[in-house]
Amino acid sequence: MRAFQILIDGFAISALYALGATGFTLIFGVSGVLNLSHGAIMVAAAVAAWAAASILGVGTYAGALIGVAVALLTAFATYFAVVKPIQDSRRIPNEEKEIFVLTGTLLWGIMIQELIAYFFTNNAKTVLPIVEGVVEILGVRTPKNEIFTAIVCCLVIALLWLLVNRTRTGKAVLAASMNPRGVTLLGLELTNIYIVVWAIYGILAGIAGVLLGMFLGVSSYSVGPLTASAFSIVVLGGLGSVSGSLIAAFVVGYLETLTAYLVSPAYRTIPALLLLVFVMYIRPQGLLGRR
Amino acid sequence: MSTFFTSRLFFVSLALVIIAATLPLYVSGYVLGLLTVAFYFGVFAMAWDLLFGFAGEVNFGPTFLIGVGAYTAGILNNQFGWSVYLCILLGALASVIAGLVLALPALRVRGPYFGLTTLVAVLMLQNFIVVFADLTGGEIGLTIPDVITINAGANYWIALGFMTISAAILYGLSQSPIGLVLQASGQDPVQAGALGFNIVKHKLAAFVVSAFFSGLSGGLLVFYFGTASVGTVVDVAVGVNVIVSAVLGGRRTVLGAALGAIFLIVAGEFLRPTGELATFIVSAVALLVVLFFPGGFLGAALSREARS
Repeated sequence: MRAFQILIDGFAISALYALGATGFTLIFGVSGVLNLSHGAIMVAAAVAAWAAASILGVGTYAGALIGVAVALLTAFATYFAVVKPIQDSRRIPNEEKEIFVLTGTLLWGIMIQELIAYFFTNNAKTVLPIVEGVVEILGVRTPKNEIFTAIVCCLVIALLWLLVNRTRTGKAVLAASMNPRGVTLLGLELTNIYIVVWAIYGILAGIAGVLLGMFLGVSSYSVGPLTASAFSIVVLGGLGSVSGSLIAAFVVGYLETLTAYLVSPAYRTIPALLLLVFVMYIRPQGLLGRR
Repeated sequence: MSTFFTSRLFFVSLALVIIAATLPLYVSGYVLGLLTVAFYFGVFAMAWDLLFGFAGEVNFGPTFLIGVGAYTAGILNNQFGWSVYLCILLGALASVIAGLVLALPALRVRGPYFGLTTLVAVLMLQNFIVVFADLTGGEIGLTIPDVITINAGANYWIALGFMTISAAILYGLSQSPIGLVLQASGQDPVQAGALGFNIVKHKLAAFVVSAFFSGLSGGLLVFYFGTASVGTVVDVAVGVNVIVSAVLGGRRTVLGAALGAIFLIVAGEFLRPTGELATFIVSAVALLVVLFFPGGFLGAALSREARS
């Protein structure tokens, strides 16, 4: 009974983590950017969906769409206002661009977080779920919303896989992650590929954010922990490796659920952190990372 | 080094310190209290800059070192009632040991991996403080029975003196041959190693020095506050402030980091009437500096001087 509960709850959480971390790792894999405003973009999507549905009353579907659209816009703003200027800057030495991107996106994330807190307060917000009610699965009372979350996450990840491996645009993105110079020699504009990647990222982060808002609720305080969890999942899986992130998301998701159920919710994050440190000691490039 | 004592930077710093030392004669205790905190933050930022600007290591967890020093000092005083100075010194030592424990494995990895390892260290420390609430006071904070002094002026002078001495040592170190080797190993570890320098040893030394000053400053800060809490010395947000200070003031300048910290804290106080937007404005200003003046305050000033 309890085992099934852990299995089901853990799956939903893990799928959500996986979706959140996939976009994050995609951007790193293709353009070498670690976007520390990730949590802020997810929360922006959830809060926009909440505001549209609960304040403007446009309905849950339209609200969710608005949330994803806001995430997409924020992702573009992040790229054009913060990341691109730093990458193009001639005053920042190349070997220091990484730390400048980290600092820049971190500050940008704090700005988004503060704006959200200013206009919508720090209170936790739960987005109205698209599907309501509960069902019994294997004797466990499960909210339908939780199943919906898991299904949407898996569907979106499958769609992403198709997009990257089966379409021309996706193949260009894949090629850019392997050899950016080679891609430009083939006559593809690298900036266009980056824009595509940021668009994919924005949509993924938006969907993850809205689902998170429906499933657990968000507040502007979730920004830091969300970024940190995406960062650690991605590093655990190996920076830039999408399949690594998926595995890592499930490892972290289940580890957290197990701890929460069997030990105490207060210790929820500790085993995952210990595992992360352990992996860094013995395999610094992560589970599936390339050196 | 000898040219430093005749450089304009030296005279400007000296004048600033002298002016700052006379402040208690004519400003209110409120301003002194603000600056006291700012000075301790200045040391945090300078210690961070030694690691980042010179050793090239992005330490996302400055508050791990600060927090270990601060909490060790506070707990020793709280549990055993040992004298304040002994506690602060032991706190700094604990911080050095914590720095070594963190650095030995962390230095094997590079770039973002190093950053994440240090970030995880902070999150773990935060978790442990909450879990061992009996000893640490948990989320409420640790009450510290003793304080250094309750005189605002004396506290201010201690902080100023401490910052000045730390600045002299850290700046001297950064300009010494050791600093040059650090800089070289930060920018091109392979070539620096090929020249025969032991990079790991140098980076470890930088870590130890950075940890010592972070821990010392953390200990002094909690004895000034009379309390230690996650929100003031451990939280990731505090670490972000330290990093922003150093980048704002100008990385690889050490002294700029202190200026950045003082600016950040004073600006935060001036913006208090704007309420919730204060952090937004400070972050926005910091982002603009990062985007348009990547050298920071001191970097921009120094390059102008070098050009003229």
